[in-house]
Amino acid sequence: MPTSTRASRLTLRFGALGYLAALLAIPVAMVFYRTFEHGIGPAWEAVTTPPAQHAFWLTCTMVAIAVPLNTIFGIGIGIGLAIVRGRWRGKTLVSAIIDLSLAVSPVVVGLALILVYGNKGWIGSTFAEHGVRIIFSTPGMVLATIFVSLPFVVREVVPVLREIGVDQEEAASTLGASAAQTFWRITLPAIRWGVAYGVILTTARALGEFGAVAVVSGKIEGQTETMTLFVEQRFQAFDLTGAYAASVVLALLALVVIATMTLLDRRKEQ
Amino acid sequence: MSAQADTVALSPRPGRRLRLASPAIGGALATAYLSLVVLLPLAAVVAESTTGGPSAFWQSVTSAQAFAAMRFTVLVSLVVVVVNIVTGTLIAWVLVRDEFPGKRFVNALIDLPFALPTIVAGLVLLALYGPNGPAPFDIGFTRIAVALALLFVTLPFVVRSVQPVLMEADREMEEAALSLGARSRTVFARIVLPNLVPAIAAGAGLAFARALGEFGSVVLISGNIPFKTEVASVFLFGQVESDNTAGAAAVSVVLLVLSFVLLLFVSWVSTRGLRRAH
Repeated sequence: MPTSTRASRLTLRFGALGYLAALLAIPVAMVFYRTFEHGIGPAWEAVTTPPAQHAFWLTCTMVAIAVPLNTIFGIGIGIGLAIVRGRWRGKTLVSAIIDLSLAVSPVVVGLALILVYGNKGWIGSTFAEHGVRIIFSTPGMVLATIFVSLPFVVREVVPVLREIGVDQEEAASTLGASAAQTFWRITLPAIRWGVAYGVILTTARALGEFGAVAVVSGKIEGQTETMTLFVEQRFQAFDLTGAYAASVVLALLALVVIATMTLLDRRKEQ
Repeated sequence: MSAQADTVALSPRPGRRLRLASPAIGGALATAYLSLVVLLPLAAVVAESTTGGPSAFWQSVTSAQAFAAMRFTVLVSLVVVVVNIVTGTLIAWVLVRDEFPGKRFVNALIDLPFALPTIVAGLVLLALYGPNGPAPFDIGFTRIAVALALLFVTLPFVVRSVQPVLMEADREMEEAALSLGARSRTVFARIVLPNLVPAIAAGAGLAFARALGEFGSVVLISGNIPFKTEVASVFLFGQVESDNTAGAAAVSVVLLVLSFVLLLFVSWVSTRGLRRAH
């Protein structure tokens, strides 16, 4: 290899790696360093206070509700978009909604939910008459989490379904398989890696959502505060140890997500 | 008789009719789900933005603070997209065509901005480049800080869009050009780059849409100074908090239309790219 090509190759490599280090790796490492610079004790104390624990379990609740719902409906909507051929009414609209829910600002999501489910909202006013609160309470935060994490399973499943086509399913149903049998024995096994990948992305988004949940939560400490809201609240209260320690918990969860994605990539390749 | 036999023979999907019942129920459930969670709320935003009539809408959108926030958001997003086009293509190139120890790790690192909560992204940048950070400069609460936060969260889009295209690219043409004496720079500009343009454009469009609506990563690091570092989402947040829902809805509609146009652009570019590939 001529030296000039080798030199330019090295320049490109270190340009790319330097950019990634300055933007991603060093900043993230910095927060880990800041969290543990006085040992593990203060960090552990900061994430085991009652508000921190409550925030952690509230985030888990969000994930536990939003991820299964979005998985089931995501597979259903994906099948509707990919397999049910022809121009069923609203297909373009559904497709556009899925894409838009990925691009819309989280603050707009929060505002939109307030307008429908708030005390003066289209649906929320009826609930309010019966003393049920949706916004500034857990149900509203669940709705916000569902909204922002909705598109991932659909977007992973649709291309896989398009690629495999409907031949096998048609063969199965011609041979007398019921719809349920066809789904469990043919469709689901074929899309399982796509679904798994979508579930991981959904989980990551549900864990990490900040803006939409911030708008509808009312940010009541120990009540409607998720992990991400807890990070912001600790930061605004000049408790950097608390903010950094909670961030490290979330960053560790993000690393688990990435590791799982890498494993799934390898499985998909095989 | 024969007509009936014909319809049976021509019916393209034999089992379809038997399976109609469960798709119908599933379809109704999915429609209700989408309507309650996404469609109805978005419709409410549009409805709310028109409560005061066109003049109120226009006033909300063109009020000095709203306009300044939107203009800054669009400009900083444009800058971020241009940087992403260069760095994203570079990173994708290095990940596909270069070999070095730890490449798998670097490849996995690209997804970090998708997996890391945005509020953590902002805090992490502030810890290094903010007032108390060890970096030799302090960009906390400046416009550069906003750009940096947006660069962090939009990093994967161009990389992940370009990478598969580069992997599948046919290298024979490049090798032919090189053996005929073309310089590697010429080969990149004339042969590689034209094939990457649709993928770069699609990734750039998605990154732009994401940057326009970004909130979490910006909120800590920008200081949210009106007319200076306040982005559209942060402005909206303030309006919602102070109960000006009609004004907030008007600005939201502008943002929604912008993202929608960008998504149309992305799907147009991708279908064109596919058609060219075949």
